[in-house]
Amino acid sequence: MNLTLRIWRQRDRTSEGRFERYAVEGIDPTGTLLDALDMLNERLVREGERPVAFDSDCREGICGMCGVFVDGLAHGGIRLSTTCEVPVRGFPDGEELTLEPFRTGVFGVVCDLVVDRSALDRVMQSGGYVSTRTGSAPDGNALPVAKDDAEQALDAAACIGCGACVAACPNGAASLFAGAKLAHLGALPQGAPERARRALAMTRALDDQGFGGCSLHGECERACPKGIEVSVIARMNGDVLRAVAAGKTQGTR
Amino acid sequence: MTSAPRVPSGPLAEKWTKRRAELGLVGPIQKRRLTVVVVGSGLAGASAAASLSELGYRVTCLCFQDSPRRAHSVAAQGGINAAKNYQNDGDSVERLFHDTLKGGDFRSREANVYRLAELSNRIIDHAVAQGVPFAREYGGLLANRSFGGALVSRTFYSRGQTGQQLLLGAYQALSKEVAAGGVTLLPRREMLDLVVVDGRARGVVARNLVDGRLETHLGDAVVLATGGYANVFHLSTNAVGSNATAIFRAYLRGAAFANPCFVQFHPTCLPVSGEHQSKLTLMSESLRNDGRVWVPERANDARRPEDIPEGERDYYLERLYPRYGNLAPRDIASRAAKAVCDEGRGVGPGGRAVFLDLKDATLRIGPDGLRERYGNLIEMYERLTGDDPLKTPLRIYPAAHYSMGGLWVDYDLMTTIPGLFAIGEANFSDHGANRLGASALMQALADGYFVVPYTVSGYLAGTKLGPVSTESESVRGATSDVEARTARLLGSRGGRPAVEFHRELGHVLWESCGLARNASSLTAALPRIAELRRRFDDELIVPGGAAELNQELERAGRVRDFLALGELLCADALARDESAGCHFREEHQTEAGDSKRDDAHFAHVALFHHRPEKPPERTTEPLEFETASLEMRSYR
Repeated sequence: MNLTLRIWRQRDRTSEGRFERYAVEGIDPTGTLLDALDMLNERLVREGERPVAFDSDCREGICGMCGVFVDGLAHGGIRLSTTCEVPVRGFPDGEELTLEPFRTGVFGVVCDLVVDRSALDRVMQSGGYVSTRTGSAPDGNALPVAKDDAEQALDAAACIGCGACVAACPNGAASLFAGAKLAHLGALPQGAPERARRALAMTRALDDQGFGGCSLHGECERACPKGIEVSVIARMNGDVLRAVAAGKTQGTR
Repeated sequence: MTSAPRVPSGPLAEKWTKRRAELGLVGPIQKRRLTVVVVGSGLAGASAAASLSELGYRVTCLCFQDSPRRAHSVAAQGGINAAKNYQNDGDSVERLFHDTLKGGDFRSREANVYRLAELSNRIIDHAVAQGVPFAREYGGLLANRSFGGALVSRTFYSRGQTGQQLLLGAYQALSKEVAAGGVTLLPRREMLDLVVVDGRARGVVARNLVDGRLETHLGDAVVLATGGYANVFHLSTNAVGSNATAIFRAYLRGAAFANPCFVQFHPTCLPVSGEHQSKLTLMSESLRNDGRVWVPERANDARRPEDIPEGERDYYLERLYPRYGNLAPRDIASRAAKAVCDEGRGVGPGGRAVFLDLKDATLRIGPDGLRERYGNLIEMYERLTGDDPLKTPLRIYPAAHYSMGGLWVDYDLMTTIPGLFAIGEANFSDHGANRLGASALMQALADGYFVVPYTVSGYLAGTKLGPVSTESESVRGATSDVEARTARLLGSRGGRPAVEFHRELGHVLWESCGLARNASSLTAALPRIAELRRRFDDELIVPGGAAELNQELERAGRVRDFLALGELLCADALARDESAGCHFREEHQTEAGDSKRDDAHFAHVALFHHRPEKPPERTTEPLEFETASLEMRSYR
């Protein structure tokens, strides 16, 4: 099948970008959108042109490295899919698709479709962990965890850090991302001792990194390839309120 | 340079305790002045970097992805083994040790395997403490499932995303240490050479993938945790970025490469579908717990699976291996799939696939039960193929998956270059000629959390290192070598993209050094790959320059190393004139088609040492088995 790809091209962080149109012909209909981009790039390289830079790695929806807007929708707007999982057979033959980077205030464009999501790592560094030291753990079964709690933790822990939630949010908020980690660790007894401190530290980091505030549009939930629900944001707000009410002070470590 | 395995004396069960007592310690003030460079941020790299930082060392951690959380460990689905015996089904450290040694067809170092089994339980404890959400039973205790090559249920899991959850645990530990100031994190950096000063590893030359600048990261020891090289086959289950460049450049600097031909083919992957496919998708082996593998009894049977009556189906794994059935080890299951397809009984387009049928499990535990166990796998399959595996059987075929070979390391996980350590899939040590399912995560984390923190300390305690600066001759030499290589790639005036050569290399290796190998096809492959390498140098084209983000340049460098590594694979496969585990030489099989080892001549690790302008030198490390008797591996 054939597609026309209208792609954002931008040489580096400081250059000006623009859209370029490319006809891609003879695409294997069993392939994915990224396979089509690979095909285009192979042709561009053969012609001595600069190929389209885009991030991807596992190509099976788990590493979180890929991510573009397809016609304005993060990861192509396909439910529970990352960009690497978008099948081309979902598009009509001959369709024109617009591919743009995950633009948002905090993620700068690095090159073409590649963005800088390192702010998400810094939010995690502010407190998205259990402070445990290698070698100090008791037996794995010493502390039973109710099955439902473990399942709930895993639902939230499924976040792959792709940044679609931020890119989709009109405010550029990363509340779903931070809320997911807080919900994961907060649901488990191992995460309980630091629950209040973690919530304060991570929400403060969201502000420090320049992410917007949540006003419950819910676009993040729709864009999330892993089905993280906005209820994690409510939990996050609850954790923060409880921490403040209990007189805990803000702060990192 | 030394290739003595340095295994401690004494009984197997006491060796690691003995070694830990022998290893020196570094004082707390001294530790703060010592830097360890860790390359890679997967399970092995992140766990090592975090643990070394906790001890007080300064750690520099590099990864080529934009975040350490992307490392390919994230994609491991099924689980992690440990000898907890929570199921009371007769498991023990000894049994896990023996299963792993036997699974590897007695081509691994016994003492390393024992230590792995011994440390397995602590990994689970530590991961639980980090908040890894393992599957639980209703009573709140940890749940287990079974995996290939074992008769006990010892695999811990988080749905079909165990690798992701364990990686997040290690990534969170790493994040904690970044916040504490112990770890300097450098994402989007690719190691392109090793800095060796006075015979010792002292750092790396890396390319900043955003602006193309070459950087030197120096330290007192270097740990390579850069994963495996199954992508040498072009199509594999590895991430598209997974590559062998870091370990291959270390090899060119003098680190011996061990058992390069030991590459595992995973039996449960989606079949190849098109020319422009970039990778093959894995369906967790855990599906073999509840799925039954079959093909039609007759060749060229084009009926839909549901139209083929029970009596005309061949459940060949259950027929050939009644004791292990669908849970036969990966190498055996993969070869059996190839064999039935070679007989013309393969299914689907092209006839290179077999059925994995969940129907009986649907009746036994119900669709909801299956969704709870394998939810994301079922969704993934449905999305990729448009078929619902609860209604129609999955179609699967083997794909290159994991490299048991890698940099040679001694008992302390140090390579033949003093101060250079290799951990996780990057080394060769624990899985012999075949790895059992759910053991990769176990090994990567054992190495990173519980082995290298001790052995790197021991090395640093016992070594007097002089200062090293970016102006030193070794650093400048390594940097100018990298610049020259980059200039050659960019200067090539041909018209073919690197991926074309990679695809061609994959075809040659799949045909001659794949699921089955023989002397004549391997002999023919060697000059073909050499020729391909020459053509690469003449006919390549890489647009753009060195001083910018240039993904095509990254790819070309990796493919160039894969081409040279491909030759090493074939040379090793040719020299190893026996069958062992995944290395199946057609000349050496029993009448029933099982692989036949030659313990008299090949009970050894093969080490390859790079020599400039000459073929590599092959030496051996004899494998001695103190407790295990070398049995013929039987899963029948």
